[in-house]
Amino acid sequence: MAAVLDVQNLTMDFGGLRAVNDVSLSVQEGQIVSLIGPNGAGKTTFFNCVTGVYNPTRGAIHICPPGKKQQKINGMKPNRITERGLGRTFQNIRLFQNMTVLENVMIGRHSRLNAGILGAILRGPSTKKEEYQVKEDSYRILEKIGLTVFANELAKNLPYGAQRRLEIARALATDPFLLLLDEPAAGMNPQETQDLIRLILTLRDTEQLTVFLIEHDMSLVMSLSENIFVVDYGSLIAQGSPDEIKQNQRVIKAYLGEVVDA
Amino acid sequence: MKPLNKDLFNMKRLKVSLAMAFWLSVVTFPIMVIKINTINDTVIWRWGNLALIVILGLFGSYIWNYALDRMKERKGESNRLKETLSGLYQRLRSNPKVKKPVLAAVVLVIAAFPFITSMYSTSILTTALIYVVLGLGLNIIIGLGGLLHLGYAAFFAVGAYTYALLYQYFQIDFWIALPLGGLFAFLFGLLVGIPVLRLRGDYLAIVTLAFGEILRIILNNWGPVTGGPDGISRIPRPSFFGIDLKLQGSINLTYYIMVLMVVITIIVVRRLEDSRIGRALEAMKEDEVAAEAMGIDIMKSKLTAFALGSMWAGFAGVVMAAKTTKVTPDSFGLMESVIVLCIVVLGGMGSIPGILLGAFIFKIVMEYFRVFAMYRMLIFGAVLVIMMVFKPDGLIPKIRRKYTVEKEGA
Repeated sequence: MAAVLDVQNLTMDFGGLRAVNDVSLSVQEGQIVSLIGPNGAGKTTFFNCVTGVYNPTRGAIHICPPGKKQQKINGMKPNRITERGLGRTFQNIRLFQNMTVLENVMIGRHSRLNAGILGAILRGPSTKKEEYQVKEDSYRILEKIGLTVFANELAKNLPYGAQRRLEIARALATDPFLLLLDEPAAGMNPQETQDLIRLILTLRDTEQLTVFLIEHDMSLVMSLSENIFVVDYGSLIAQGSPDEIKQNQRVIKAYLGEVVDA
Repeated sequence: MKPLNKDLFNMKRLKVSLAMAFWLSVVTFPIMVIKINTINDTVIWRWGNLALIVILGLFGSYIWNYALDRMKERKGESNRLKETLSGLYQRLRSNPKVKKPVLAAVVLVIAAFPFITSMYSTSILTTALIYVVLGLGLNIIIGLGGLLHLGYAAFFAVGAYTYALLYQYFQIDFWIALPLGGLFAFLFGLLVGIPVLRLRGDYLAIVTLAFGEILRIILNNWGPVTGGPDGISRIPRPSFFGIDLKLQGSINLTYYIMVLMVVITIIVVRRLEDSRIGRALEAMKEDEVAAEAMGIDIMKSKLTAFALGSMWAGFAGVVMAAKTTKVTPDSFGLMESVIVLCIVVLGGMGSIPGILLGAFIFKIVMEYFRVFAMYRMLIFGAVLVIMMVFKPDGLIPKIRRKYTVEKEGA
């Protein structure tokens, strides 16, 4: 299987601070992989580099959509990267608060639609058809995620767990082949986390997605991931299957600190 | 029993008001009480004024605080009157038996307006309609795109000067100048937008303000071409297939042109709102980072909003030049931008009926109350403050559209 995401020697500096230090990793098609590490380890910065929010200082990021040629995406604007098939969610929920749930998902379809200004103003048959289609498609996505009851609610009025799910729905609407989830279970109760695990598994199987997630909830990470990457102080310190990571001394040290003999 | 906040009399509120009145009297003491007679070098103490200020301050502050308390108590409570009214409105609207005659009556009144009223009223209404178009245009930039634009009058000027200059140097007709005015304003919007739209929020507001002033100063000082502060006069009113319409006829024609333009603007804005582009603009206003992550090109969306909004100012400018037959740089100052902004904010950002109402209130009230022209700015300020506190969404807030999706099998 081909690596859908291949990162080589990625480094990101903010002034004198090195947030990501020489990280290389690759994600295979159809996998669910996790990126874990203590707070401030550079996980979100890594995601932001991959999705184009930051332009990495050094290194190369290649993506390879299934059935297509590999391409380099460093320095591309986020919207271009989304067009190429990377969908993402945000750690601190960034929904369009004052828009309805359905509209939020419709926004996600943006890069898959064509209507321009003239199309919008003249509203010809093709625009009408497209508008109808986007509404239908978005509703289907809400059905998949189980949010149809909220379709016409404002996003800000949703319960917390539903807001997290809406973020995933919105990302799905962009037709990604690789879904990047930044702490999807943050703030969820155990029941909601279990639902989320099922949802992610279903999505991987029905949509042929590859899922790359950042998470602190170890129950979720260990039960879902086929491969785990651990970063600390911006550097990759370990990678492997959940069992290997559980045994890894460097990982334990990074999380629990060193035992000092008195 | 402890008096409630919403009771009319409240000791605490009285104390606050007293303090307020005292503060006001101290602040205004030098100008309102002391008057120096420069001839005799004596000081006149106008204690009567002091009493007036204390009384006004006391009452004003008391009413203000009372209204504030009432608003706080009411929060969360539903307003029954408002609900009944809006329910009634919805029912009447969806009833075709009522809708059609009302619509016909409105169309008839609009069409017959120039013939049942004076030329003066028609002329004022035309001005109001020009401001409706300006308001709707600025609404694309502010209400849809969330870009605070304080130099909108500059684009109005671009339209007006397009017609004025083209006529003066090339004798170009109104009907050719009209689309050209829009086009030039659109291009000018793109040109200004490309560097300026990299900024956000307050910075954008300041830079657009500066651009507006730059254009006005250029028009003012480029005498050989623009006529300097005197502007360009004797611009012909709109023609109608070469028929001589006399003054009355061309004023009426201008009115109809504006009615048509308002209708077209409303249709365009509504369609724009309810489209892929409109949704993208709204998302961008809500959260730029998330919008970009959803595949929206931020720069392109901002430019679209900016240039499209500017285009309407260009159209309105051409009509304005034809209506007043004279353009001067002074008509396109900061005050003009502020008035259009006030129309949008007062009426309700993003709300088309709100902006219609806002423009009519501003232009018509301003026109008929010329007696108070001196206090105009004072009243503006007061009205805006009151609006921001008590009705921050504007007179007619935007109603969110709801999408309906047919369920499978249902």
